[in-house]
Amino acid sequence: MAIETTSIKRETLEKLFSNWLSEGKRILAPKKLGDHVDFALVGSLAEVSLDQVQTVQSPKIAVFPRVEELLAFQSTDGNVQLRERDLAVLPETVIFGLRPCDAAAFASLKAIFDWDTPDKLFSARLEKITVVGLSCSRADEYCFCTSVGGGPGAAAGSDILLTDMGREDFLLEIISEKGRQAVRSVSAGLQPDAAMDKESRLARVTPAFTVEKISSVLAALFDDASFWEKQSLRCLGCGACAYVCPTCACFDIQDEGGASGKRLRCWDSCGFGLFTLHTSGHNPRPLQSQRWRQRLMHKFSYMPERQSVLGCVGCGRCSRACPVDMNMVEHMRAVAEAKP
Amino acid sequence: MNADDIFKPYLMKIERVTEETPDVKTLRLVFLDEQEGKDFTFRTGQFGEYSVFGEGECTFCIASPPTRQGYIECTFRKAGRVTSALADLEAGETIGFRGPYGNVFPVADWEGKNLLFIAGGIALPPMRSVIWNILDRRDRYREITIVYGARTVADLVYKPELDEWAGRSDIQLITTVDPGGETPEWKGKIGFVPAVLDKASPSSRDTVAVVCGPPVMIKFTFPVLARLGFAPENIFTTLENRMKCGVGKCGRCNVGKLFVCKDGPVFTFAQLQQMPQEY
Repeated sequence: MAIETTSIKRETLEKLFSNWLSEGKRILAPKKLGDHVDFALVGSLAEVSLDQVQTVQSPKIAVFPRVEELLAFQSTDGNVQLRERDLAVLPETVIFGLRPCDAAAFASLKAIFDWDTPDKLFSARLEKITVVGLSCSRADEYCFCTSVGGGPGAAAGSDILLTDMGREDFLLEIISEKGRQAVRSVSAGLQPDAAMDKESRLARVTPAFTVEKISSVLAALFDDASFWEKQSLRCLGCGACAYVCPTCACFDIQDEGGASGKRLRCWDSCGFGLFTLHTSGHNPRPLQSQRWRQRLMHKFSYMPERQSVLGCVGCGRCSRACPVDMNMVEHMRAVAEAKP
Repeated sequence: MNADDIFKPYLMKIERVTEETPDVKTLRLVFLDEQEGKDFTFRTGQFGEYSVFGEGECTFCIASPPTRQGYIECTFRKAGRVTSALADLEAGETIGFRGPYGNVFPVADWEGKNLLFIAGGIALPPMRSVIWNILDRRDRYREITIVYGARTVADLVYKPELDEWAGRSDIQLITTVDPGGETPEWKGKIGFVPAVLDKASPSSRDTVAVVCGPPVMIKFTFPVLARLGFAPENIFTTLENRMKCGVGKCGRCNVGKLFVCKDGPVFTFAQLQQMPQEY
């Protein structure tokens, strides 16, 4: 559908919040939690923090929780009963106030979970989210959305995109049918777009590299062990980058609770040596440099080739979270300048 | 594979436990749900996720051939948490199975050819599926040679089947154990698999070679096969990368852009030459 542009007053937005809640929807939004801002369930617009550059964690928890039950089992006298997840009880969720980079990340996650054989638990959660993005009026030195096909006011992935125009006014772009349904209850309060200048409100994010160049260099750079060693010398292998990443989807499967317990899916990371360790002790990626290479190759080479989507949206969280200050933009520049 | 839920296992009853070596067991599994058993099909080379409820899942090939229906078998070494729990189970108990996953050995393409099987240690199981598949349709293939080695005589798996193959006139079986691994009664060869293969020097003419074994054995076997004149596209092997999901999502089995669980586990040496050295 064509994007429909209108505007909405903050008070109407507040009304929309209570309408969503009374319709039984959960609202997941950035919220000030102590000294940082993160996604949490909120009960009103007043609880939402709108002025941070970025939350610490990404909103992927809405479709891919840190730990989730895949199935439960009950063992009695040698008989095993399986209990599947009841997908009908998964909550309808409005993710409100996420940045355009985070909204774009759902396409990368979908590419991983739904390529080939669909993952029904992920699909059911994705079906039940409504994405209400909020354009960025500020960026920091870690942001690089414009280098990976996004932008501070990009609509991709959002059902509705808001832009804070100041003075309690928001530009409201309805991007999908789901978005149209989400604002139906306040449609009388939506005003025609009075020639609002969205561009003037957006942060400036200067492109730092071109993806086409990165992808082509990466393929030829695989065997350059010294390049990867140099690039990853600082890496602790702590996995922080993967945990805050909105597109990282690697997971582990573990049982918990004994013979009458649960099978769980938990976040994992290619940065860990145990991730690929064979029972025999052999490890296809024994070095941290090989694991760092895997992280970049997966996002910028393998995913574009196999799933036709980048595994990075330029949110910059990996760089902000890295305890040893590895900066994705600098690493991408190094790749672009490498001579394989 | 369970179409509606990729993580829901079939419930399987352990019908028979065979102790192959002190730490290797074979389980014969039958579907608890008769209809699921009837609907289940797989092809040789494919693998699955076997689970002990409460302990977790582990990945093995299906070691029985698709030509023998009504059950599947897996053979594993007791090594970690799940395999130890699996090894403690007895006939009659219930486990989970997800699969079949992965690609297959192209046995139909091999009809009319000679076949050379080379296996080491605990890697005979994936090959046993294809060997019995071939033997059950013996008239479609020409000469069959099997070279199988293990560290010690005690580590050789499927001993009754090795005896059966040794007694057949339509198979040439060469068994070997590493130097020092022999017993006074041992009548097979003594030496590492690549060296024994080199000495036996089977012909590469109209022949497909299948190699399964530990990485070090495979590494030293490829040059011997090259010397014997095997083209890289006529050498097949399986990669055994660590896996969790089996369906191309969990992120750990990839070799470059390829998923061992989806694009493999069966690869030709020609394919391996094109792939990054990450296995």
